[in-house]
Amino acid sequence: MHPVPPPLRQRAVPILAALLCAAVASLLVAGMSGSIAVAPGELPDAVLQVLHGRPDSLAASLLELRAGRALMAFVTGGALALAGVMMQALLRNPLADPYVLGISAGASVGALFALLMMCAAAVVDAAALGGAVAVALVLYLLARRDMRSGTAAEGGTSMLLLTGTILSSACIALVTLMLSIAPEGRLRSMVFWMIGDLAGAPLRALPWIVLAAALAYALRNARALNMLALHAEAAVTLGVRVGAVRKGLFFVSALLTASAVTSAGSIGFVGLIVPHACRFAFGPDHRVLVPAAVLGGGSLLVLCDTLARTIVAPTQLPVGAITALIGTPVFLYQLHRLHK
Amino acid sequence: MMIATRRLELRAGSRTLVQDLDWRVAAGECWSIVGRNGAGKSTLLRTVAGLRRPDGGDVELHGRALSAWPLEQLARERAYLPQARSDAFAYNVMETVLSARHPYHANRYWEHSDDHHAALAALAAMEVDHLAARDVRTLSGGERQRVAIAALLAQDTPLLLLDEPANALDLAHQVRTMGLLSRLCRQSGKTIVMIGHDLNLAHSISTHALLLMGDGRWHAGPVDDALQAPRLSTYLGHPIDAIEHAGRRIFIPLEAPHD
Repeated sequence: MHPVPPPLRQRAVPILAALLCAAVASLLVAGMSGSIAVAPGELPDAVLQVLHGRPDSLAASLLELRAGRALMAFVTGGALALAGVMMQALLRNPLADPYVLGISAGASVGALFALLMMCAAAVVDAAALGGAVAVALVLYLLARRDMRSGTAAEGGTSMLLLTGTILSSACIALVTLMLSIAPEGRLRSMVFWMIGDLAGAPLRALPWIVLAAALAYALRNARALNMLALHAEAAVTLGVRVGAVRKGLFFVSALLTASAVTSAGSIGFVGLIVPHACRFAFGPDHRVLVPAAVLGGGSLLVLCDTLARTIVAPTQLPVGAITALIGTPVFLYQLHRLHK
Repeated sequence: MMIATRRLELRAGSRTLVQDLDWRVAAGECWSIVGRNGAGKSTLLRTVAGLRRPDGGDVELHGRALSAWPLEQLARERAYLPQARSDAFAYNVMETVLSARHPYHANRYWEHSDDHHAALAALAAMEVDHLAARDVRTLSGGERQRVAIAALLAQDTPLLLLDEPANALDLAHQVRTMGLLSRLCRQSGKTIVMIGHDLNLAHSISTHALLLMGDGRWHAGPVDDALQAPRLSTYLGHPIDAIEHAGRRIFIPLEAPHD
């Protein structure tokens, strides 16, 4: 009898339980570290006080201050990682990432334009979504031919990445243009939005709602994602509504990107590193990959953000710099493996 | 009637590949589609599989228009083997074959043990059970093709559509795979439509053949009538001779005249 891989179902629960513990641990680490450290001994009491909404001790106050930022980092990281997983299944390419393909840049163009026009916060969010969807649409239309002819995994990769890079540069040019013509008064808010690290981000409910809805959608379609990743167009013959699933993936991943970019600016490579690591550790099956990437992406960004604000304290680094430093080698490694 | 096409028309760009095709495939028949490169064989198979719309006329399965079938139900009726595949992710062989059980899952999140049994039986039938844990991207072309056929078998449908199933297989596996398909037809009552370039294999296992000229013309009929040397010479654009040997008809392409 030959060895048969054990059904994934048996491994799913321990894997996800471990990742959930890691997520909680990363949040606690973020709460403890900073210019004034919270000792592990004070932690249980402080957590209880924060949960009851009455932070009396110094430890509890520090924890509450840091918790808001850490939770923002978590939801942003989870959203970016999930967007990465979805785009990779959609384009059948493990190098697809909202930042690499210029979708984050598209969201920036939309949001900055809304800021330039002095629109309300809700309009800025909507404009970011519009920008993300527009870039994703152009990308998809251009990549479609490659996907159909089945060359997406080989020659199509460089084509897709080139297209994404060009779109990204075009968006950055538009951003520069808008910044240069913006009147003095509005420039400050626009630049702050651009750098968009997690320092000033207020804790909002909207990103959590978007992430929860997107996760529900991805879990419902996890098997269809597998079919799409494995069989591309031919998934139709296995009963998958390929057109509908593609449209859904497309819209939901653009929505996630826009939501992440509006809360934290464009943070690169999270959608690339996390799915890559999760596939390497747990396999490519989306039924585990989707929840694993959300938990992993959230934890990673919480840790990166903690690093960004403590490594050269009191100076705070933008968290995107840290993720890019980790992400670039991962990206290059993947690219060279694909072209081996 | 398993498959029925009415006045089917297929076009590629401005070229008409197939015109007024009235083709009937009954249950239990094994059809070979023969023709030159670009004659529309794959286009026809993709149309019958429901992957593209006809450019004219219509296709029916069990007397019901293809477009009127719910996709999931259709996926339990016919399986399709594409000519080529590309693997972007490191799924293992077992996962690849299990994916063919998708139409039986309805809204369940995980497979059941009967899916695993079906997948294992299909792997064993194609002699790839020893590869179950391997990453599909590390397989050789022939191994990958056998895994793809195993997935087709695991889908367990009455109608099988195969685009060059013998592609990349070595001689022994070509003969064994064709033997398996022939048994599926004759013993299990499956209906098979396949594309192949090996006339000898096509003649030995098929009950019927459909010849496509690539300019709209076609010929369909029982294999002994359809696959005759003069007709094949016309349809394939090369002089072909046929000899009878040990009860089989062997086709020999004649040497191109040296000039």
